[in-house]
Amino acid sequence: MRAAFERRRHLVDFAVGSLARHPTKNLGLVVTYALVVFLVGSVMLYGSAIRREAAAMLSSGPEITAQAMVMGRHDMSTSADVAALKGLRGVRRIEPRLWGYLWDSAGAANYTLMVPPPSDAAHAVGKGEAIVGEGVARARKLKPGAMLFLVSPSGKFLKTRVKSILSSDSALVSSDLVLVEEADFRAFFELPADVWTDVAITVTNPREVTTVAEKAALKLPRHRFVTRADMSRTAEALFSWREGLTLALLAGALVAFAILAFDKASGLSAEERREIGILKAIGWETGDVIALKLVEGGLVSGVAFLVGVIGAWAHVRFFAAGLFAPVLEGWSTLYPRFPLAPSIDALEIATLAALTVAPFTAAILVPVWRTATADPDAVMR
Amino acid sequence: MITLEQVTKVFNQGRHNEVAAVRGVDLTIGDGRVTVLRGPSGSGKTTLLTVIGCLARPTTGRIRIDGEMVSGLPERFLNEVRRRTFGFVFQRFNLIRGLSARDNVMLPAYPTGRPHRALIDQAEGLLDRFGLADRASLSVEHLSGGEAQRVAIARALINDPAVIVADEPTASLDGERVAQFLAIAEDLKRAGKTVLITSHDPRITAAPLVDALVTMADGRIVEASP
Ligand SMILES: Nc1ncnc2c1ncn2[C@@H]1O[C@H](COP(=O)(O)OP(=O)(O)OP(=O)(O)O)[C@@H](O)[C@H]1O
Ligand SMILES: [Mg+2]
Repeated sequence: MRAAFERRRHLVDFAVGSLARHPTKNLGLVVTYALVVFLVGSVMLYGSAIRREAAAMLSSGPEITAQAMVMGRHDMSTSADVAALKGLRGVRRIEPRLWGYLWDSAGAANYTLMVPPPSDAAHAVGKGEAIVGEGVARARKLKPGAMLFLVSPSGKFLKTRVKSILSSDSALVSSDLVLVEEADFRAFFELPADVWTDVAITVTNPREVTTVAEKAALKLPRHRFVTRADMSRTAEALFSWREGLTLALLAGALVAFAILAFDKASGLSAEERREIGILKAIGWETGDVIALKLVEGGLVSGVAFLVGVIGAWAHVRFFAAGLFAPVLEGWSTLYPRFPLAPSIDALEIATLAALTVAPFTAAILVPVWRTATADPDAVMR
Repeated sequence: MITLEQVTKVFNQGRHNEVAAVRGVDLTIGDGRVTVLRGPSGSGKTTLLTVIGCLARPTTGRIRIDGEMVSGLPERFLNEVRRRTFGFVFQRFNLIRGLSARDNVMLPAYPTGRPHRALIDQAEGLLDRFGLADRASLSVEHLSGGEAQRVAIARALINDPAVIVADEPTASLDGERVAQFLAIAEDLKRAGKTVLITSHDPRITAAPLVDALVTMADGRIVEASP
């Protein structure tokens, strides 16, 4: 017991010293290894952060959204459409919504203007008031009480006082939001009083979503009915596809890494071969030598992995994955920028470790095994 | 007691650069004695030493240590025999560069799992015995030839093996250092160790402490006394 512990302690001590004795090689390995973990980790963490944002956005959205369609394009719904849906069995609430996008040249960003639904008492806004998302507040340097001026594409002005700034767990949902009062919204976009952007439908029994959507479609043939499940499938598919594509590109980097690791880690130098021969000659067993090299490899890969993961996390958290975001998000860049919260998912970290540790360990073990099982005499020369 | 029967060692067997370094050696090495292998350069002394010390396997023939046949043992048992039985002092010492003299001496004992403190004390004791107390913390590449050799001897002794094997121990030493080496060998003999040395240095071969002189030529033993 005691002896086994001491033995391990000697091994670790010696391994640390041995790493320090070959600083250039081991530093090079740590840097390369960390870089690969950083690249792959950035993609994985970014992908999952985005997907979580999207899921959060969808879960806060309505179960069914009805959109009027004209020649395959989204059109406004009318009050008559909303009325037609009333009284449908299985429906708990019908809420016509008003929202629209506004390109703000002052903030160089795209905002979503929205009228909070009457059911959302927490975000009620009065005439001449606005509640803005964090991104908007940042872009326009707004604090509660400040004035926010918006200009519509046709030149209409909207002058509002910022009531509060949204703090949401889901930055993707709220970051670019500007909540305004209904009359202000209609005046700003020059909308008649009886049109709506779309209609949100909440059902009584979540399992009846499809049935309700089908029945509603019969009442409003000019409308398209999108369920939350449809939307999450689309979003998931889109992000997964992009992430997969990027990872596939990175697979090339992984293979290159494996080759380099093979060459560097254990294309054993003459000096290292000699050391292994000496250790064997003076009484170390093959297992001791292999354990030593595994400890060395473990230290190198452990440090590098930690550096890489922390780097990737910071990349996603503070730089919104600046290196990959364009590829992962597609062309419709998310504006305004919002901070993503990368979560440390044990499974993803394990995958990342397996992807990098496995080739590295193999690269270490194979040549060490060959050297350590040879006659020490042959190795030492 | 170590006995060899018809031991041969062929390098690069079956290839164009095949070398038969040892060709059919019968030899008995008695316990607690100082045995010297001598012979011209290339006669196979180092190779024979290596095979006896289980650092390499003979191509054919049998080697017994205290009656146990070791020539056919698998790798991991051979390791065990090697550690238990032999302490090596290599011709070029084979110390690990970048490590202190003390750490080099302690190295063979790591797998035994003896406590660190005890190992340090033991290593420093050995270094002190060889007049190297003030060199213990010095990295071995800064040592002189004689000092490096004594560190190598200390390293060979840390696991208290029964047989000390030294290859050309005086090749690079001046007269005074040779006397020092002989004194150490004398000590070891008195402590009951078996000492096996290769040398063509007359200062060794003619030394009074030598019990058996074995002469090799061209991979064979041409003379053994007694
Ligand atoms: N690993 C090896 N591969 C090929 N040939 C070898 C190897 N080791 C030794 N030899 C050859 O075997 C022969 C005997 O070598 P060895 O080193 O045993 O001689 P030696 O008597 O120790 O010589 P010296 O006095 O110069 O040390 C030499 O011809 C040498 O070239
Ligand atoms: Mg020799």
